[in-house]
Amino acid sequence: MKARVHVMLKDGVLDPQGEAVKHALHGMGFDGVGGVRQGKVIELDLAEGTGEDAVREMCEKLLANTVIESYSIEMA
Amino acid sequence: MKAAVIVFPGSNCDRDLAEGFRKAGLDVQMVWHKDTALPSGIDIVGIPGGFSFGDYLRCGAIAANSPICHEVKAHAERGGYAIGICNGFQVLTETKILPGALLRNAGLKYICRTVGLNVAESQSVFTRGYDAGETIRIPIAHHDGNYTADAATLDALEAEDRVAFRYTDNPNGSDRDIAGILSSNRRVLGMMPHPERACDPAQGNEDGARLFAHLTAALAEA
Repeated sequence: MKARVHVMLKDGVLDPQGEAVKHALHGMGFDGVGGVRQGKVIELDLAEGTGEDAVREMCEKLLANTVIESYSIEMA
Repeated sequence: MKAAVIVFPGSNCDRDLAEGFRKAGLDVQMVWHKDTALPSGIDIVGIPGGFSFGDYLRCGAIAANSPICHEVKAHAERGGYAIGICNGFQVLTETKILPGALLRNAGLKYICRTVGLNVAESQSVFTRGYDAGETIRIPIAHHDGNYTADAATLDALEAEDRVAFRYTDNPNGSDRDIAGILSSNRRVLGMMPHPERACDPAQGNEDGARLFAHLTAALAEA
């Protein structure tokens, strides 16, 4: 069983890395890019019976800092 | 008076912080992150700068969940004194002992230089050796020192006079130029600049020494 956690800076929190990537893309001629946000993906191999609730607790306690980040969970 | 300096894998200002405490007259005990108790009779806990756990996941996030940090949190909740510098400030926000978070510097670059700090209040054991409004010079060395919090938190910090230091020329994009903040009981200080690197003539600057000297005096009175 696997879970995939996406962690992103919350809307409204400045993402300087995303901004830098956007500037680089513009510099390469990709003028169609309006905005870039950079986050991270964390894949978890889970023992049977480890459910989404446990993954949510992992996110709240460690994987995301909910002061600045939001997260979403995909169970697969 | 006794200080404990917490050491994580990747801490690199632990001995400088210990030296800052010692020069001010404190006995210092180094405490490994896997320890499950603070030494008895500790008057203050120091969380040093560095790159605990390689800054993996987020700066300070893994350290904040290490065994000793549960004890540091309990110590702070009991009203104990603590100071977190640079990575130590990041650890204090990750443990939620202090509010807010430290983001990547707005200019994306690691910055290592001496900056001007405005002492925003002088009503804590950490800042009472300075005059409120005084400007001091303290080195910074960080990649993720961009302090952020929601507007309500920032308003509360200001209303309660809990902003200890502000940058005179904001180097990293921190909200409201914040360089250091106090807990609501004013007994925990988190700051990105390194006062322990400004404690000796050989370091070219002694503006940080006053923090440790007055802290020690205040702890002796407490």
